[in-house]
Parts: sequence; C-alpha cells; structure tokens
Amino acid sequence: MARSVTPRRKLLNTTVAWAIGLLIFFPILWTILTSFKSEAEAIAAPPIFLGFDWTLENYRIVMERSDYGRFLWNSIIIAGLSTILGCIIAVPAAWSMAFVPSKRTKDILLWMLSTKMLPAVGVLYPIYLLFIKMGLLDSRAGLVVVLMLINLPIIVWMLYTYFKEIPGEILEAARMDGATLRQELIYVLTPMAIPGIASTLLLNFILAWNEAFWTLNLTAVNAAPLTAFIASYSSPEGLFFAKLSAASTMAIAPILILGWFSQKQLVRGLTFGAVK
Amino acid sequence: MATKASRSAARLMMAPAVILLLGWMLVPLIMTLWFSFRVYLPLRGGDQGWAGFSNYTRFVTSSAFWPSIQTTLIIVLGVLAITVIFGILIALLLDQPIWGQGVVRILVIAPFFVMPTVSALVWKNMFMDPVNGLFAHLWRFFGAEPVSWLSDASMPSIIMIVSWQWLPFATLILLTAVQSLDSEQLEAAEMDGAPWIKRFWFIILPHLSRAITIVILIQTIFLLAIFAEIFVTTGGAFGTRTLSYLIFQRVLESQNVGLGSAGGVYAIILANIIAIFLMRIVGKNLD
Amino acid sequence: MSLKSTLRAATALSLITAGSAFADAHSATITIATVNNGDMIRMQGYTDQFTEATGIAVEWVTLEENVLRQRVTTDITTNGGQFDIMTIGMYETPIWGANDWLVPLDDLSAEYDAGDILPAMAGGLSHDGTLYAAPFYGESSMIMYRTDLMEAAGLEMPAAPSWSFIAKAAREMTDRDNDINGICLRGKAGWGEGGAFITAMSNSFGARWFDEDWNAQFDTREWSDTLNFYKNMMDDSGPSGFATNGFNENLSLFNQGKCGMWIDATVAASFVTGADSTVADSVGFALAPDNGLGKRSNWLWAWALAIPAGTQQVDEAKQFIEWATGTGYIEQVAANEGWANVPPGARTSLYENPNYQAVPFAQMTLDSILSADPTDSTVDPSPYVGIQFAAIPEFAGIATEVSQEFSAAYAGQQSIEEALEKAQAITNEAMEAAGYR
Repeated sequence: MARSVTPRRKLLNTTVAWAIGLLIFFPILWTILTSFKSEAEAIAAPPIFLGFDWTLENYRIVMERSDYGRFLWNSIIIAGLSTILGCIIAVPAAWSMAFVPSKRTKDILLWMLSTKMLPAVGVLYPIYLLFIKMGLLDSRAGLVVVLMLINLPIIVWMLYTYFKEIPGEILEAARMDGATLRQELIYVLTPMAIPGIASTLLLNFILAWNEAFWTLNLTAVNAAPLTAFIASYSSPEGLFFAKLSAASTMAIAPILILGWFSQKQLVRGLTFGAVK
Repeated sequence: MATKASRSAARLMMAPAVILLLGWMLVPLIMTLWFSFRVYLPLRGGDQGWAGFSNYTRFVTSSAFWPSIQTTLIIVLGVLAITVIFGILIALLLDQPIWGQGVVRILVIAPFFVMPTVSALVWKNMFMDPVNGLFAHLWRFFGAEPVSWLSDASMPSIIMIVSWQWLPFATLILLTAVQSLDSEQLEAAEMDGAPWIKRFWFIILPHLSRAITIVILIQTIFLLAIFAEIFVTTGGAFGTRTLSYLIFQRVLESQNVGLGSAGGVYAIILANIIAIFLMRIVGKNLD
Repeated sequence: MSLKSTLRAATALSLITAGSAFADAHSATITIATVNNGDMIRMQGYTDQFTEATGIAVEWVTLEENVLRQRVTTDITTNGGQFDIMTIGMYETPIWGANDWLVPLDDLSAEYDAGDILPAMAGGLSHDGTLYAAPFYGESSMIMYRTDLMEAAGLEMPAAPSWSFIAKAAREMTDRDNDINGICLRGKAGWGEGGAFITAMSNSFGARWFDEDWNAQFDTREWSDTLNFYKNMMDDSGPSGFATNGFNENLSLFNQGKCGMWIDATVAASFVTGADSTVADSVGFALAPDNGLGKRSNWLWAWALAIPAGTQQVDEAKQFIEWATGTGYIEQVAANEGWANVPPGARTSLYENPNYQAVPFAQMTLDSILSADPTDSTVDPSPYVGIQFAAIPEFAGIATEVSQEFSAAYAGQQSIEEALEKAQAITNEAMEAAGYR
C-alpha cells in the first residue's frame, strides 16, 4: 500500500523509523561495543560509548579458554542437518495436505502444532533415560533428531501455507500433459515453492540454532553447540561484562550475519499464509 | 478432482511426518504419565513404587501452583499485547516510503537472531544491573535513584526482555500483510474524508486480522514454554515462577520426578485448553 | 550448492572429525564437568602439563554453577556416564556417596598424602568415613573490610566481632553521597547464594532449619530475629537492589570500592587483594560475626573433584585428581602466579608453609575454616549435618524456594512475617512429600 508522500513527511517517517530501528538494535550494538573494551571500561561510570581503547583482548581470552571452532561447528551441523532432515520429511507431508486435502487435514495440522506445547522440562528425565538406552547422549545425531522433531510442526505448517498458494490449475495442466506424480513434484511444484522452502529452511535454522534447553542438557563435549559455550561465560567470578560480551558476540555473530544476508528470502516467505 | 491413487499416495507422503510426531508426542507423554503416578525420587534411589493420585493433588494444592498459572498467563498476554501493538505500528511505519528502508528493516529484525540465553544475560547484566547497568547510569544522569529492575519490577522486566526478542517476528509477518493491502481502497477512503483512526479501524485492522491470529498462535506456542529467560534473570524469584519453571524446580531442584511429571501433565492440559481456544479462532481464520 | 553436495560435504567433514577422534583413542581422554570459577579456569590452563606427563587428554565441560548442578545431577541419577570427573560440593558428596554413585577415593597414592587434607574438608566430603571427593579448594566465610573507611569512621575491627558491632560499623561507614555502602551481603535467591548466607547467619542467632523430628522451624523467634536484623541493617547501609546480589555482584561492588564490609567466602580474599581490585591495599579481615550464643555465622564449603561410579576410566580419573588436588599443582601455581593465587583451604601443609603464611589472609582463612563444624552447627540440637545447608537430598529444592520468599521480603514485596509463614509451609509440605513427617 506504499504511496507517494511529501518530502517533509518522508523525512519525518525516516527519522522516526531510524530512531526505532536503532533503539531496537541498541542492545546488540552495545554488546558488540563492550566486547572491545577492557573490563574496567565496561563498567565505567559514566559509560563510554566509543572513546575507549579498542582491544581484542577479550576475544583472545575466550579463544584461549574454549574451543570456539568446535562449538561453532556443532551448532552449524546440528542446526543445519536438523533443518534439512525436517524439510525432507515435511515437504511430502505438506504437499499432500495442500493438494490432496481431506476433511481431516486441518485437524492433523493443528494436532501437529499442539505437540510443540509439551513442556520440555517435564520430559527431561524420560528423554534422558531414552537417550542413554539408545546411546545417543552427547551425539550430534541425537540432537539433530530432537531438534528436527521440535521444529517439524512449524516446518510442515509453513510449507503447507506456501503450497496452498500455488494455483491448482498449473498442476492440472501438468497432469493433462501426462506428468507423473514424481515429475509433478520435481518439475512443477518445487521450483514454484523454492522461495517458501528457502525461508522455511532459514527460519528453522534460526530456531534450531537458538534452542537452549535440549542442546544444553543432552550434550557434554562432542556435540555441545554454542548454547553450551555461552553457559561457561555467564556469571563467573569477578568482572566479566567485557568477556561475556565477547562470548555473546561470537555466539550470535554467525547467525546474525546469515540472517542479514538472507533477510530478503526470510521476509518473502515468512507469511505463514497470513497474506490472502 | 483427487483420484483414489493420489489419495493413497498423499497418505503415504504424510506418513513419515505423522508417525514421527506421533512417536515424539506419545513416548514422552506415556513416560510422563507413568512417572506421574510413581514416587520417583532420583536422589533416594529412584522409583519407590505406586503413588496413586498423590502427585497430582500435591502439585495442585501447593501454594505455588495458582500463582504460577497466573504468572504464565500474564507473561504470555503481556508479550502478545506488546508485540502485536508495536508490531502493527512499526509495520505501518516501515511500509511508508523512507530512506534506508532495507537497513532499518535489518536493525528491527536483528533481535530475532539472538539466543534467548544471550539476550537474557545481556539485558540482566549490561542494562538492568542496578549498579553498573546502563539503565542505572541513565537514571543517575537524570538524578533519579536507579531501579532494581529484576527484583522491584521483575514481571515488567521479563515481559520486556521477551517482547524484545519476539517483536521482530511479529513485525515481519505484519509487514508482509500490510504490504499486500490494496492501496486504492485506502485512498478512496481518504478522499471520502475518513479520518486516520477510522481508516485504521475499518480497513487496515480487518485486513491484518489473519496475520495477527498467526502471530498470536505461533508466539503463544513458544511463550508458554519460555524458560531460559527466567532461569538466567530471576531464577523464579520475585513472582516470576511460571508453570514450566515450577515443573523445573520440582523435577531438577527438588529432584522429585513424580511430582514434576504430574505438573507436566497439568501443563499439557493447560496448553491444550489454550490450543483449542486458539485453534477455534485460527481455524476460522485459516480458510 | 545443491543439497546432495551439501550432504556429501557434511559427511566428509564428519568422517574427518570421526577420524581424528579415532586417532585420539590410542591414549585415554577423560571428560571433566566443572564450574566456571576463577580457580577452575586457572587449572584448565595447566592441564597441558598433565597431558604431557601422563598422556591422558582432558576435555573440559565448563558451565555456570546452576547449569552445572542441573547437568551433573541428571547425569549421576540416571547413570548417564557422560563425565569421568565431576566438580561437586560439600552438599552433594555425602548424599551421592551414600547412594554408591561415586568411586571411593580410599586408595590414593602415598605421595598424594590424603592425610594432608584439612580434617574439616575431608569430613565434609566423606560418607561413613570414606572420602568420596578430593577438595580442589575449600572455603569458610569471613569479614572483609576496608581499613581506610573503618579508620575514617573512628572504629576498630575486633578480630572476632559481634553482629551488633557490625551493624553499628555499617551504619557509620555508609556514605550515600559517595556511593559507599557500609555493608554488602548476599540477598540473591538460591540455596547456594543468599540461602547459604542467611542460613549460616541464622546459626549465630540460635535458629535452625529443623528440630529433631524434622519439623520446620521458621515460626520461631530466632528466625524472625535473624531476618529482621538482616533487613534493617541492609536497608540502612546496604547497596540498592541487594535482594538480587550474590557472590559475584558483591565482589564487583567491593572491588569498585563501594562496600565498607563484606561477609562472604574466604576465597574472595585473593580477588579483593588482587589485580582487579581498586581497593587491594586497604583490605582487612576478621572472623564472621557472632551473637554471643557460641556459634559464629561462618560456613564451610569445598569445591571438590569426584569420580562417578559409571565411568570406564577410573584409573585415569584418579591420576587427574591426584595431579589437580595434590601439592605439586599448588607449588606450580605459586611459582608462576604467586602464593596468593594458589587454591586455598584444602591442605594442612599449605598453612604450614612459611611462604603462604606471609599471605595476608592465610591465617584468617584457616581460623575461619577451623571454627566451622558441620556436625554441630546450631545452638539447639538439629538432626542434620551441614552449616549453610542440611545434607539431605530435598534441601536444595526447599532452600531455593525458601530463599526466594526471603528475597521477596528483602525487596519489600512482602513482610518478613509473610515470608517466614510461606517458608514454614513450603518446608513442611516438601518434607511431607519426601516422607519425613
């Protein structure tokens, strides 16, 4: 509904929008800035905004103390594989719901969402015992499966809403031309659904990356992702704002950068069928 | 139009997702139900036998139960109200022609990428700390006594932290909805001399209703389960103990798995009540 | 990149990592769960030397205290076997030891000299006379105060002060205009935070958690005296927001020169006199206060290394424990970083070492540790062992909830009477659930 407005109005809008944007972004900016300060400067009164001695000391300490590369790699693998696996399982399901709907489709969809409401803390012991039995504790495979299951309902739902927006006539035309189900899926539907799938992948990658209960409780060394990394920097003894900021920056930077580069895709697809 | 063959193919394609989720729901659910009827105390040697309904009555008669339900609902409703209202306003603003729209959008969605643990740690220490926090400096600058946010204003503080995390999500979904609004209709209304508030109320808001429902549904699912934010900031003190935090305390801090599992069953019931309620609305809006 | 090539790349990379894990398998690797305290972090810096000497590689899982507790408790109770060594405290050790979840440390080598461990520490880390965890460092609590501010207030700190003196001194030292608080104390919810402090303090007021029949005692005058005294003193001369301050917050305040006195763990002494402190040159020490009832308000705690019974690598784990908690490690740290930075409170020989006796807080730390007796901590008889805790499995959960009620009272959200009433109900409720009453 964008319309042309007077330059004065545009200037006003721009000012307000930038002010709000910076306000919302400020906590992240402040964290990043603090990560380059010394511990003393980090708590200086009055606070120093930019005029401090920029230092990489905190990053050096964090790198020395923790094997950041391994945590990062685990985060990438676990979030990435769980998302891909989720999509592989969800695409056919969403496809069939969207194009061959039965009268129970919506019930199934809503039931799937309701599985997300099981409170994680309540089932920690059952799941932990199960993981011991299956030898999955501290394994990436175990976490990939759990995070995939946690996010599966959201993936199915997101994909379902995209697929529904694909006009049925195209499918019928393809069928007329003798396309098999497989061909229909690969050559007609998938290309049309790419933006939707891309943003689904992105959103779920973010959700899996940020999941902090199971990733912390089911891992020790081998599979521990960045959520466990950050748990060793919260509230230690002594002054820690600068080190905490450095660790925080390192934990969120990869996903923040990914998010920024791909925000167009994310935004395009993040509708959940809200637009009709 | 669907043939019998495509119907069975469809069922086949749905099967993996349905079976997996059924397993993911049933296995922990059955185990939770089983534990909830047992006296299960890990630190006293584990399973001590049948408990009947005593875990259920004990959980619900505990002085912490009703306050925790109340706290849960206040947090969910508070965050929903803030994110939806500000989400609409920011979405409308971002839809206007402005310079540097892309950059502003990036700034606005950034909090969504931050881990809940990190955001709770950053807010707690670097902003809300009553001595060294930025808010304390700001308050002192204006000659006011710094506020102990996490004890004196614990609920507003937590609602604010969580809202900060979810505002980008709401804004994004509402923004796409706003952008799809038919501008001719609005212009016509403007020409007819309809005041802004009326245009908002009768044209924009109805158009956004679907998006608002989606935001409410998805956020409620996540908000009912918030844990890290409370664990890091107040540890459940100062009236911030939600139902899921209470279960955490029973299971892990008190090491009473039976009692905690009974709490888990209550949480599932509560979640389903809310879910049915929500889905009534969403179901209507989804068609 | 197509999906296929992504998957292929991922497989290849995981094969590489699997390969390197296989290469390591020739020599043993032990996994240690530990807390992110300064002394533990320092020890991690020295583990390379252990690996060099023994060929045993060490993987660290360093977690914040609350997360660590949650993580190791889940693992030990389910026999998950994720860790070869766990860092636990004086509260967990006897309980876990009684459940046979820990490997007894009764066969440590002669060079290690287990007899050198301070008796108070060894006692607290044993069950039925068997040692189940070796102390890495031990602590009691004591008063740390600013000698300059004390002098300016015209007062002199006795070696063993009373609470009335502390309250008076706190009020005199408070200077709100210059942001100086007479006294900083823990008020933060959590059994190991404010809960530990107020419990230790209540001992000196003649209070106790349970009577001999496990009835909660929060309806007694002693408890109400303790809380009222604490709150009045803190309202008058404590920092704003003390209800959320724990060890760490107070340490930071003290180091910034914002506290006249601070009663807390003896290990803090090396921090407040260390490089991070702006007041390092003017810190004095004194025994934790009493009330003339025969019990002081100091606690006893140790962070110790224990071996879960489920591990496959008992020998390697024992080797590590001997290395980390032995005298060799202490000497190494002393040589590199000075005697003030060695892990304190674990060994008798450390306090007999003239080099260490020269450290300003050494004697007071030892005196504090020696004056704490977990088996006789209350004025009236009590059925439990422990000073700032009761060594029963239910305590951590109960005390966390009780301390949350106390913190709400500190913050003025409810009266002390209300907090005590709720504490009484919570405790009796939980003790009933656990089958004590």
